[in-house]
Amino acid sequence: MHPAPSIILFTTLSGLGFGLMIWMGLGFPGVTGWTAFAFAALACGLAGGGLVASTFHLRHPERALKAFSQWRSSWLSREGVLSVATLAAFAPYAAELWLYDMRLAGLGWLVAALALATVLATSMIYAQIRAVPRWHHWTTPALFVLHALAGGALLAAQTYVAALLLLALGGVQIYHWRKGDIRFREAGTTAETATGLGRMGRVRLLEPPHTGRNYLLREMVHVVGRRHAERLRLISLAAGCLLPAFLLSALPSGHLAAGIAVLLHLGGVLAGRWLFFAEAEHVVGLYYGRR
Amino acid sequence: MTSLPEKTERALGLVIDLDTCVGCHACVVACKGWNTEQYGAPLSDMDAYGAAPEGSFLNRIHTFEVTPDAGPVAVVHFPKSCLHCTDAPCVTVCPTGASYKRVEDGIVLVNESDCIGCGLCAWACPYGAREMDAAEGVMKKCTLCVDRIYNDNLPEEDRVPACVRTCPAGARHFGDLADPESAVSQLVAARDGMDLMPEQGTAPVNKYLPPRPKADQAPDGEIDVLAPLLEPVAEPGGFLGWLDRALGRL
Ligand code: SF4
Ligand code: SF4
Repeated sequence: MHPAPSIILFTTLSGLGFGLMIWMGLGFPGVTGWTAFAFAALACGLAGGGLVASTFHLRHPERALKAFSQWRSSWLSREGVLSVATLAAFAPYAAELWLYDMRLAGLGWLVAALALATVLATSMIYAQIRAVPRWHHWTTPALFVLHALAGGALLAAQTYVAALLLLALGGVQIYHWRKGDIRFREAGTTAETATGLGRMGRVRLLEPPHTGRNYLLREMVHVVGRRHAERLRLISLAAGCLLPAFLLSALPSGHLAAGIAVLLHLGGVLAGRWLFFAEAEHVVGLYYGRR
Repeated sequence: MTSLPEKTERALGLVIDLDTCVGCHACVVACKGWNTEQYGAPLSDMDAYGAAPEGSFLNRIHTFEVTPDAGPVAVVHFPKSCLHCTDAPCVTVCPTGASYKRVEDGIVLVNESDCIGCGLCAWACPYGAREMDAAEGVMKKCTLCVDRIYNDNLPEEDRVPACVRTCPAGARHFGDLADPESAVSQLVAARDGMDLMPEQGTAPVNKYLPPRPKADQAPDGEIDVLAPLLEPVAEPGGFLGWLDRALGRL
């Protein structure tokens, strides 16, 4: 699949922002006043910035409001509704912390639940797509939720929990890659089933429908850059999970260590997200003799 | 509403005969012509006269080579457009309700004025039947010529999809696949019609008829009953022969 920068930025940043909201909703870190304001601004900036980035991907953003209408059937619509609901619940909760030094526990739990549901809805947009076997698996929601929880804990300065969650994230990430590499075969879709000609013999594309490129190839048959997949996987694993976990547990906690850990994590997650798209093969490639 | 209907009254669709299709692309041109001039945003071309032309199409012809375990290789022309799936994954993913499946005839359509151009439906379709128009930024797909098949202004024989009307080989058939008595349903039954990618769970309405086994392909490698009648052409002798050789040497 085409790794569009707007979607990679959106899923990464908003995941971190909603992750921070989950922890703040649960009362971690237990801050009030201007410190609470700073944390809340960071969370809103990340989540909101991500949402804005996602509209760059739309060809008709002026109609974006219509996307809130189909929450009964569409995960993309659910994600939109949930993210707005989360922001709407988070604003009074954060204002209460900032202005009155008070934590409304009930509202906080609601914020945490909504933020978690938002991340889950984001992941289901990809996990629901059967035509991309690598995504169509429970590890996709697990990966997105752990990204949010670990990244959120990191931002919320929950050092030890963050280190543990980062290690768990690394584990799930490795499993997602390993499993992903055989998902296409497991799905059983081949050039033979795609054409129905398997009963006659082995099928190979002789002539594509046209000499030029098209929307389908650009959007769904992204083969460039997969060569570096192994190296990027290592970078993503090291920077996104292992190094930050090590920094958090080995170094004395402080702004510097935390800052480096956050930046490393962000870089690693971005690389991982790029791979999430670039490595995902859509079955339509079979009609073009490619994957 | 992007929930799928429980049941549609009819299931209009195409039956495509892979035995008869000659790969002439006439249906591609007819489709592009009709759907550029009629309902909805035109199917645009980009860089049409330049070095890398491309455009939006609702129907494209691929050509495959099939190698059996024994015997000669076969070439099969393979038209592909929206299969108007019963369990259409493209419909349920749509956040705006722009994509929908009609209860009355099962046709899967896009309401272009509601489409935000997110492209998710094109990802959800395993067949590559949806293309975002590069100029308009809305999703385009086969409408089964919904503006022809019910169009009283057209003569009776034209009230079929443009691709079906134009196919010179008669490889495309249109009808109600929910009605077991319809001509298309009987054709599917008689010719062992098949689904594409059944494992994707889309339950396509359109069916494909597999190429018939070739009766003239004897196992001894003889590929055409007429082949023995084709005597080798004798080399001309005499003056004409000399002229031929002389010209060949020039
Ligand atoms: S062929 Fe593709 S676009 Fe058409 S109904 Fe099926 S899934 Fe949807
Ligand atoms: S591109 Fe248009 S029709 Fe397709 S899912 Fe998005 S809004 Fe719906």
